[in-house]
Amino acid sequence: MYSEKVMDHFRNPRNVGEIENADGIGEVGNPRCGDIMKMYLKIENGVIVDAKFKTFGCGSAIASSSMATEMIKGKTIEEAMQVTNKAVAEALDGLPPIKMHCSVLAEQAIKAALLDYSKKNNIQIKGLENFNPDEDVHEH
Amino acid sequence: MNRYIYMDNSATTQVKQEVLDEMLPYFNINYGNPSSIYTLGSKSKNAIEIARERVAKAIGANTNEIFFTAGGSESDNWALKGIAYANRKKGNHIITSKIEHHAILHTCQYLEKEGFKVTYLDVDKYGTVDLEQLKNSITDDTILISIMFANNEIGTIQPIKEIGRIAKEKGIYFHTDAVQAIGHVKIDVDDLNIDLLSMSAHKFYGPKGVGALYIRKGVKIDSLIAGGAQERNRRAGTENVPGIVGMGKAIELAYENLEESNAKLIKLRDRMISKIFDRIDYVRLNGHPTNRLPGNVNVCFEFIEGESLLLSLDMEGIAASSGSACTSGSLEPSHVLLAIGLPHEIAHGSLRLSLGDFNTEEEVDYVVDKLVEIVSRLRAMSPLYEKIKEVK
Repeated sequence: MYSEKVMDHFRNPRNVGEIENADGIGEVGNPRCGDIMKMYLKIENGVIVDAKFKTFGCGSAIASSSMATEMIKGKTIEEAMQVTNKAVAEALDGLPPIKMHCSVLAEQAIKAALLDYSKKNNIQIKGLENFNPDEDVHEH
Repeated sequence: MNRYIYMDNSATTQVKQEVLDEMLPYFNINYGNPSSIYTLGSKSKNAIEIARERVAKAIGANTNEIFFTAGGSESDNWALKGIAYANRKKGNHIITSKIEHHAILHTCQYLEKEGFKVTYLDVDKYGTVDLEQLKNSITDDTILISIMFANNEIGTIQPIKEIGRIAKEKGIYFHTDAVQAIGHVKIDVDDLNIDLLSMSAHKFYGPKGVGALYIRKGVKIDSLIAGGAQERNRRAGTENVPGIVGMGKAIELAYENLEESNAKLIKLRDRMISKIFDRIDYVRLNGHPTNRLPGNVNVCFEFIEGESLLLSLDMEGIAASSGSACTSGSLEPSHVLLAIGLPHEIAHGSLRLSLGDFNTEEEVDYVVDKLVEIVSRLRAMSPLYEKIKEVK
């Protein structure tokens, strides 16, 4: 059902945990739907120097969170904003169609954490003007 | 890691060696068509009749009341559609429950589109149907009550005798989907007033693709599959002879060893449940605490999701199942867990371990050890668990 990459990130998830005094924290998802992702970012001079996550969810939700943190570490805020759900899914060698919302959640979690950072620092991040972290990614 | 522990016996079971041994000659030695009149054909015919006697004996029925099918789903479809269409002039109302197998629920939905009315009874927190609601739901148009014998997910056994009595008093046909119960619970169709009963061989160490429908003599029912004159003109199609032979042997074995096997399973089941509760917090048992299938363990671990639990168990060589949305191919958790009143977020963390004749005490202990590790690993990753710890 899952690619070897997904299983690898599920078995050995990268960057699990919390960052103390994180510069940006984002939480997306809904326990009703069975997945919640919480992402912590450490940002220095516009660069994401560390990223960690905690996730309640299925195998692909955990793997997507793990992959997303790997993809944004070391990137600038602008570069991290370019990490789409498709990019996360492709980096995992694909997700089953019913699980694509897990990668959407990963993209949302990055954006939610960046939004938190922008609010704390009173700055604008291009692309987050209309972003709503509470938006439901599931098709109900 | 070379171990493989199978604890998904409600999904299917392995074919027992004695069963397989009886089946094998009917593939390539006695392969005749039972409808053929020559010797090779009558050998197959005789084998089917022996199997029919074994199945009939197991549930206290007559041989002419047992009809072989391709499995539980076909039997359920046949019972519902067959009764509905044959008794349409008498009424158009069917009563069932919210926790039935999809073979019943989806057939009921189909019949609703065909103009039938269906009442779906509620269940209490243990998954037991409400007998008062059943009585109050009966109308002059009610032609069929269909309630499962035991639930496939949570294992709760229904008050079948009471339901049978109510149905008989009102002159309404009573069907029970006994797929999970046959071979594990003592069943006498006369004592329980059952008019139709579905069963499936692969749930009691028989082969897949074969089952039966018990139809009490005199019950008015249409056929589902038209064609040849097999099964006394009621179910067309050349019989699955090796499968039927296997089913006969499997049901005979199951009832020969019923008490011994159940005593062992109940001991294993209760050991597993109490060990899980001793060693893991925020866990709840789903289904009735005592009135449940001998091998059924169904629990919810809060703050984690069922599919990651199953994947983690699989990595340890342990096969189990879950009512989580992620394992059902939809985004909704199990309709059974929702019907017993579990909130969505807890239903997502369900785990069913269904024990069988081949499981051992040592395996139970091993699986609990692994569960302790896995649950703690997944909870360490869960933002929901972190919130609970903060509150504490």
